[in-house]
Amino acid sequence: MKNILDIENVTMQFGGVVAVNNLSLTVNEGEIVSLIGPNGAGKTTVFNAVTGVYEPTNGRISFYGEKILENYPHGKMKKLYAGENRGMYTERMVKTPDRITKLGIARTFQNIRLFKSMTVMENVLLAMHVRRTSNYFTATFCLNAKEEAANRAKAEELLKAVGLYENRDDLATSLPYGKQRHLEIARALATQPTLLLLDEPAAGMNPQETEELTAFIRHIRDTFHMTIFLIEHHMNLVMDISDRIYVIDFGKLICSGTPDVVQADKRVIDAYLGVSEVD
Amino acid sequence: MKKNNTSKSRLSLYCNLGALLLAFILVLVIDATHNPTDMLVKVLQKVCVYAVVAVSMNLLNGFTGLFSLGQAGFMLLGAYTCAIFIIPDEVRGQVYGYIEGGSIVHVRLPLIVAILLGGLVAALFAFLIGLPVLKLKSDYLAIATLGFAEIVRTIVTWEKLGPVTNGSFPLSKLNTFRKALEGTPFEKFSLVTPYFLIAGICIAVIVLIIRSTYGRAFKAIRDDEIAAEAMGINLAHHKRLSFVTSSFFAGIGGALFAIFQASVSAAPFTSAMTYEILLIVVIGGIGSITGSVLGSFLFIASSEWWLRGLDSGKFLGISSPVFRNGFRLVVFSVIIMIFVLFFRKGIMGTKEFDVVKIGGFFKKLFTETVPGWLKKIKHKEAADQ
Repeated sequence: MKNILDIENVTMQFGGVVAVNNLSLTVNEGEIVSLIGPNGAGKTTVFNAVTGVYEPTNGRISFYGEKILENYPHGKMKKLYAGENRGMYTERMVKTPDRITKLGIARTFQNIRLFKSMTVMENVLLAMHVRRTSNYFTATFCLNAKEEAANRAKAEELLKAVGLYENRDDLATSLPYGKQRHLEIARALATQPTLLLLDEPAAGMNPQETEELTAFIRHIRDTFHMTIFLIEHHMNLVMDISDRIYVIDFGKLICSGTPDVVQADKRVIDAYLGVSEVD
Repeated sequence: MKKNNTSKSRLSLYCNLGALLLAFILVLVIDATHNPTDMLVKVLQKVCVYAVVAVSMNLLNGFTGLFSLGQAGFMLLGAYTCAIFIIPDEVRGQVYGYIEGGSIVHVRLPLIVAILLGGLVAALFAFLIGLPVLKLKSDYLAIATLGFAEIVRTIVTWEKLGPVTNGSFPLSKLNTFRKALEGTPFEKFSLVTPYFLIAGICIAVIVLIIRSTYGRAFKAIRDDEIAAEAMGINLAHHKRLSFVTSSFFAGIGGALFAIFQASVSAAPFTSAMTYEILLIVVIGGIGSITGSVLGSFLFIASSEWWLRGLDSGKFLGISSPVFRNGFRLVVFSVIIMIFVLFFRKGIMGTKEFDVVKIGGFFKKLFTETVPGWLKKIKHKEAADQ
């Protein structure tokens, strides 16, 4: 299996707080990998570091074997740095989120972030902007009509695949909650990624909706040949679809492996339920 | 269903183009039958100028969500650039009479070229000023751009720039469309028509931008910057595009304003002018192009024309001692307050003017609402008997 995403020794420190501490993990092609952990463990911070929202304090992230992000403690952090591996990395390479998306990593958000004033169709079309071949002038004077038409056809196909075709002319925010989640995933798919990051896709969903979502994520992996890396709290969903699971607590990796391995691990249970005082 | 939808939108497109053509014919008729000094002509010319600037401001503030207040500054750049190149050679010495050595610019350009140049210079300055300023958000951007506009206004009156900008003296006796078209077959149509055409082209281009994939990107930035960036939109690049485009058209609006007045000085391009334009945008509806055009018409027509009577003693046939100088502004302020309190989304909101929809409204009025009333009245009569 080909290794797609490789996070090496990433540490993320805000002021004096180490949110992610020396985390290493890999995601292979075609896998569904989950990142779980109690609230505040630093899961979303990992996503934000991978997608370029934050620059990691120390460590390296590679995509398809090619380094995309690297940083070392410098400036103010030189003194403040409380993590490990000081001096291991010596280069600074940062990218803005839009460039990461262009490389083929798309994401959804924990709290839905659809474009409020746009219809479902426009939301998807907007995501195709990143793959445009037109420039400002050709787009303005409709010289890219062919591309625009092709994009529309592609968007319609995508909406059909995620079951939102009937709603294509509705305002994105007028959709019911579950469908908004689906639309967010569809929008991320429209950027033509190879790796999809889902940040708590089932947040706020009831068990039945969660079950539907589980099937939906599988469906996406199979039809779009997507690799999926997700953060989730619903254990049923995680254990059901994950090929591998990483568990972090207080920013540190405490366990990783297949769902069975993770479920049986004592450290994971301790992290979620606390350590009993009697022992 | 889909076919029905596209045919419907096509119908409304044709209807709206038809309405635009009608407006154009009306403008031609007005041109042919009116004198250059008629109030209607002056108002319509100014409406065209303000419409361009208001729509350009709407592109930036309404569609991209960048709250910029530099519009008057970019207008001034456009106006001066245009004016410098359209002073007729025979009066140039006279215009620059107070400047030692006179003007150093000896080029004279055709009106259209000078207008375009005005837009380009405004766009160039927007690009330069945008590099540092567009990193700011909301109010801070507004303050920075407002400051820029004031700085520009002061710099052009600097005496060292006298040989170019005529210092604090106005650049007057400018070439106008009327003079430029004199002796040609279009002479009759040289009052409102040129303004209407240029404004129409500018607004059409802005509409095309908004409907293109870039327009969608602008709207995405307005709705949610973080999500837009995560969807691969380069924020800095797109904000700069919007800012430069908006300033380009503001510059063209400024150039038109210079031609409209046939003279240009730095004095009118104050922050008050930006607020006037902002007011037009708000009254018309932030995020509605036709709203901005409608807003310009209502604003200019009422402030320059319809409410004039409030200042001169007789309004709507009523004379009163209250109607004297300055009362117009009082009434105007009250109207604005009413707008802000009760029509917060402006006349159009984010909708666009659509002939078909208005036709549908009237159709409904006459086929459903009015017969409904009649029925009710009849019922009542029957009940009374």
